[in-house]
Amino acid sequence: MELAVVIGNITSTVNHPAYNRCKLLLIENVDINLCKTGNVTVAVDTVDAGCGDIVLVAREGKTASDILGIKQAPVRSMIIGYVDSLGIMKQSKTEG
Amino acid sequence: MKLGIIVGKVWATQKDSQLTGVKLYVLQPVNEKRENMGKPIIAADAVGAGQGDLVYWVGSREATYAIPGKKIPCDASIVGIVDNTFAENQTTLENRLQDWRAKNIHESRE
Repeated sequence: MELAVVIGNITSTVNHPAYNRCKLLLIENVDINLCKTGNVTVAVDTVDAGCGDIVLVAREGKTASDILGIKQAPVRSMIIGYVDSLGIMKQSKTEG
Repeated sequence: MKLGIIVGKVWATQKDSQLTGVKLYVLQPVNEKRENMGKPIIAADAVGAGQGDLVYWVGSREATYAIPGKKIPCDASIVGIVDNTFAENQTTLENRLQDWRAKNIHESRE
């Protein structure tokens, strides 16, 4: 899974039936220090995240169709988690 | 899934039999500010999009499920037309990230 920040949302009425009751959010990948990496993608939201939230994104079709309950859903990015806090272990300077 | 703008169309008479009746568009992947993100690709259309539409598309194996009830041999297909997008402006987003870092990142020394 990947860390991403929610930067907006999109609305669409004409789409594949698998997206019918889905809320679509615009997300951008972030690295460990929460700096944006510029990779903007669309993801189906399952945790009601809003703009500026840090979320966990699963990018695999089987997971998406399992969560949506649709056998062959053309969905790849699913927001499956909402990150509360992040713990990072800083290597000491000697290891560099 | 990624956003994309349809910038062209591809006609191909000699193609895989399963692709008959499937429209092929030239698609330029873009980000939320409609700036180009990567090279244009050819994507199969499953929702009747037109030239110049902002759409979202899916890649790899999931692209084959784009047309319900049919498996199309392709690795990118358009699955939805975007009505409108809302993108938070950069400064408020950066401020939020800033105070998220301050409040919620816990660094521990080894």
